[in-house]
Amino acid sequence: MPLTFYKKPALVAYVTCGDPDLAITREIVLAAIDAGADVVELGVPFSDPVADGPVIQRASERALKHGTSLAQVLTLAAEVRQKAQSTGLIIFSYLNPILRMGMEKFCKVARAAGVDGALVTDLPVEEAGEYRSAMKEYDLAPVFLAAPTSPDERLCRIAEASRGFVYAVSRTGVTGQRQQLAEDARKLVKRLRRVTKLPIALGFGISTAAQFAEVGEFADAVVVGSAIVEMVERNRGREAAAVGEFIRGLTAVSPQLSVTVL
Amino acid sequence: MAALEELERAYEKARRDKKFQARLDELLKTYAGRPTPLFFARRLTEKLGGAKIYLKREDLLHTGAHKINNCLGQGLLVERMGKHRVIAETGAGQHGVATATVCALLGFECVVYMGTEDMRRQELNVFRIRLLGAEVRGVSSGSCTLKDAINEAMRDWVTNVRTTHYLLGSVLGAHPYPTMVRDFHRVIGREARAQILRVEGKLPTAIIACVGGGSNSIGIFYDFLNDKKVQLIGVEAGGRGEALGDHAARFRGGSPGVLQGTYSYVLQDSGGQIALTHSVSAGLDYPSIGPEHAALRDSGRAEYVPASDAEALEATTLLARTEGIIPALESAHAVAEVIKRAPRMKKSEIVIVNVSGRGDKDVGILRENLKLD
Repeated sequence: MPLTFYKKPALVAYVTCGDPDLAITREIVLAAIDAGADVVELGVPFSDPVADGPVIQRASERALKHGTSLAQVLTLAAEVRQKAQSTGLIIFSYLNPILRMGMEKFCKVARAAGVDGALVTDLPVEEAGEYRSAMKEYDLAPVFLAAPTSPDERLCRIAEASRGFVYAVSRTGVTGQRQQLAEDARKLVKRLRRVTKLPIALGFGISTAAQFAEVGEFADAVVVGSAIVEMVERNRGREAAAVGEFIRGLTAVSPQLSVTVL
Repeated sequence: MAALEELERAYEKARRDKKFQARLDELLKTYAGRPTPLFFARRLTEKLGGAKIYLKREDLLHTGAHKINNCLGQGLLVERMGKHRVIAETGAGQHGVATATVCALLGFECVVYMGTEDMRRQELNVFRIRLLGAEVRGVSSGSCTLKDAINEAMRDWVTNVRTTHYLLGSVLGAHPYPTMVRDFHRVIGREARAQILRVEGKLPTAIIACVGGGSNSIGIFYDFLNDKKVQLIGVEAGGRGEALGDHAARFRGGSPGVLQGTYSYVLQDSGGQIALTHSVSAGLDYPSIGPEHAALRDSGRAEYVPASDAEALEATTLLARTEGIIPALESAHAVAEVIKRAPRMKKSEIVIVNVSGRGDKDVGILRENLKLD
């Protein structure tokens, strides 16, 4: 059960695959796991990342310049799985590359690669029937995004459709770092707790050790994305080392308790 | 999703509300200048020597294009939803101008996203938007055109969704946009149908309109859908060639995919990345097409053909010199198709061409390309 959070708060680390290239992404992912990431989201670069802020947009552009594809990301996942058996691996993608590959084929290849689940940013739960059955058939966990503006009945639908964990979006808007954690975040997690027993990971805008600790007080896991991608951008030539150090720094001040998994 | 549901509810309620419709009709009449004339293009008809050509003159509307129909409709909805900030994307700038105009009229704060490439080639409209009191935000990602402007508008919307309405300018995006925007443009076809029956006593053989996202074309097509004998012809941007990246003809090189919340035909590569597009006309320069057009094409009810940059430029000159009408470069694509088609038709047949906008905004591009100085 790699999609299990063994620590509280657990760390979900996002990387844009292919930035600066796939070989370095592999090193970055392994360094992140070594530094304590419980789950890694392998981001598939997309030409029109409407849910992302400038940092991930730039990383996606760099990755696409040399043609990084969903198929290559799945190959990368298989390589990572060889090295890391107990870390959760999630494919984080926009819908179109998956549609182009074919939903069924995507699930089949992902399963064979040892992937645990997927998060499709621009596929709302209301339109996800076909996706959910394909994911189920291949025993993959679909993770859906819950937003602060989602009404309770929608939170229910999202929780029911999600496996592994529910991804709570800390605020309205796109990915990217913020000085302060929005008040929205705490409220959303509280509302989700009422409708689900699944662990809740909170993401969007979290980049500091203080924020990590703060989120750890009320969520089960913290998703860190843009801050990691920015480390990659700023540390040419020593990307993996920089990401490893960053993650250690992030989790250093907060006591990550071991969780007994029944 | 919550904002889309709120919009859908507000729209469904407004649609059935006589007061809303009456206020919209009044503004369309006294502010926008509806109904627009259906004009018999005598000299163009004689020159081409075939079918009788009528022009639906959306170019005569306030702000210079059909876009105002939808902006007034959504503007009144914004009032009802109690929001005070409006954002929009624009390609050629016509939708940006129409949105800024309606925001000035109704007193909303307005931000228009526009690709930097489009800002360069549609400079005049950038100034008009600013003159109307709206802010223009340049978008320099991707191809720096309409698609990228929509991406940025969507990012703004998800961030400020509680106070902001996204006034989407075409029959694109997530539900209810394609339906709602179509409904606000249906007036074009409703008028044209009544007008042609009044003047000619019969329906036309064909209707021709250009298709970017597809708002003017679906607007003029819609009330003719049940007149099975009326051919509906959409004209896409054939650009400068057939290779991916050189045109915006989704039905020639596209395949089913999802872009910006719409499942339709999309120009894309083998890995599902959205392709860059090219067209001399900023308003047609977009890699996807309204989903209802995809359905009309698949069912065979409508037909879609490309017209190249060169053909559109030629059509502009011809219409200017035979009828004294300078069409927008977008609309010139529809004119280019009638130039090919009318000579092959009988003199007893009738064609209606939707002149969706006027060409004033394009004088810079026309000057560069036509070398008349």
